[in-house]
Amino acid sequence: MGSPMLGTMGSPVSDFLQQVVSGLASGGIYASLALALVLIHRATGVINFAQGEMATFSTYLLWTLTANHGWPYWPAVGFTLAVSFVGGFGVYEMVIRPVEKGSVLRVVIVTIGLLLLFNGLTTWIWGGSQQSLHSPFPTRTIDVGGVAISVLDLGTIGVSIGVVIVLWLFFQFTKVGLAMRAAATNPAESRLVGVRVSSMLGLGWGLAAVLGAIAGALAAPSLASLDPNLMQATLIYAFAAAVLGGIDSPAGAVVGGLLLGVGLNLLGVYVGFIGADLRLPAALAVILVVLLVRPGGIFRRRVVSRV
Amino acid sequence: MRRVAGPLALFAALAVAVVVAPAFLSDFQAQEAAYVAVYAVALIGLNVLTGYTGQISLGHGAFMAVGGYTTAILMVDHGVRDVWTIPVAAVVAGAAGYLFGLPALRLSGLYLALATFAIAVATPSVIRKFEGFTGGESGKNLFGLPQLTAGTTPVHVLGRQLNYNNWLYYLCWTVAFVVYVVGWLMLRGRTGRALRAVRDSETAALSSGVSLARYKTLAFGVSAAYAGVAGSLYTIANASIYPDTFPVQLSIFLLVGVVVSGLGSLAGLVAGAVFIEFLPIWAQDISKSQGAPSVIYGAILIAVMFVLPTGVAGMARRVATFARGRYDRRAPGTD
Repeated sequence: MGSPMLGTMGSPVSDFLQQVVSGLASGGIYASLALALVLIHRATGVINFAQGEMATFSTYLLWTLTANHGWPYWPAVGFTLAVSFVGGFGVYEMVIRPVEKGSVLRVVIVTIGLLLLFNGLTTWIWGGSQQSLHSPFPTRTIDVGGVAISVLDLGTIGVSIGVVIVLWLFFQFTKVGLAMRAAATNPAESRLVGVRVSSMLGLGWGLAAVLGAIAGALAAPSLASLDPNLMQATLIYAFAAAVLGGIDSPAGAVVGGLLLGVGLNLLGVYVGFIGADLRLPAALAVILVVLLVRPGGIFRRRVVSRV
Repeated sequence: MRRVAGPLALFAALAVAVVVAPAFLSDFQAQEAAYVAVYAVALIGLNVLTGYTGQISLGHGAFMAVGGYTTAILMVDHGVRDVWTIPVAAVVAGAAGYLFGLPALRLSGLYLALATFAIAVATPSVIRKFEGFTGGESGKNLFGLPQLTAGTTPVHVLGRQLNYNNWLYYLCWTVAFVVYVVGWLMLRGRTGRALRAVRDSETAALSSGVSLARYKTLAFGVSAAYAGVAGSLYTIANASIYPDTFPVQLSIFLLVGVVVSGLGSLAGLVAGAVFIEFLPIWAQDISKSQGAPSVIYGAILIAVMFVLPTGVAGMARRVATFARGRYDRRAPGTD
């Protein structure tokens, strides 16, 4: 996504590889946000429609710290991630938990309320005009076997992969990770063995907000503009990625995100009709086709519901 | 009979209020009131879907866009008079809704919300893509066209001379009443019962011989047709249409409106429509920021889900029941 026009002078093969790499970079962003959606869906059984707007809010916080308050980049990132975590936890405790016992529809409507709230707050606090966020990765390209690859794309891919690995380690090898998985899979029995289920679900919301903040920080420089609707389209791509990989599968979200990033980028570049305009409708088509043909996604887990 | 008398009296009172109101309204207020009717039409349609079958749509702005563009294209490119485009817009948007309803059938609540949300987000870029047909970014301008009734010279209706804004007011409110009555006639008998059965339990409905496929797609089609009418009226009242005339925020506001209205009564729906039209204006009193209306909408939506899951109308009904001192049947709620 970063630079589709780069290297148009190269051979068809290296052009193709460049497009794949830049597709992987946007795919990494979709995957991060898709992971956030999956995390919450596993924990609370709902899709958080506000995930994108919460991420945008975090990204604006990072921007204002670095651009307006003179913070160095990395401390600002750390602070933003911490605030996002607390914010996600707080959102769960304050507005999701009280309605959780009701119908799914009620929780979904509350998350739509949060979408409006965060979108409006971002505009209210920081205005509607476009800003640019500093990135630690330069946009210059390096030559890898005749293929010119932008450092920004490589950095984006690297961060996304790093996030996935850290998350995986956390869920597999820490006690809290295990408790969170237990709370999501079987709340009643987890409570019996002493897991504090609601705190675990709150932690899940906090982690999801952190993932969103990372996705936002990665998305803003490569889109070269930060505005209050930054993550609106990204949220749709993340939905598509999560649905493609199976809404309950973290691995699926990552694979789905990368596949979607590469696929949409190649479609956009090589299929003239789709171009840049029809990428969103293409993602919508992915959502519909997967839900209709293979509702469990690629990493299917059989879900049987009793009547 | 008692069950009909109350709503009928309310309906009549509302009708009388609507007829005499322009005498007390300025030109500008008449136009605002016309937009209230436009939103009411969209909400009546969304209520068929969400209130009766329990399906949630975050994409009704897209069907409004279909209706709006049908009207604009017919008027600008084919010289059709504005009022005659309204039924065409209903048919085209209804067909689009029916077609979308076919795959949507297989999606349950959460996923339907997701798919319709994606439609709302994707619609503006599709409109931009088919530039030759839709006018692309610059849209379609209806202002000054002879097809726009009362656009340049006042129009005579039933012996009264109406200027542009009053004409819009009566047009929109007349259409709103007509489509409400049509909806009421359609939903009061067998069809309405079938739809409510689908909402309350798909399994039970199916075993009573209600075809889920037929009624769910029907509800989608009807609901989209209403949205198409609303989009058509909006375009006529606005005298122009652009890719972003019906943004994703509008789709969400419609859902807010239908939730606030408490899913059901006409008075509730009109209240929801008033809410959609005037809240952005009231919000300006609190803050001039563009973000203020969204913050308030969001807060209200969450608050409504917290304290009154059956909306404003549900609360009114509960108060009435309390006054009468007997247990009321549960209002058609959101859960």
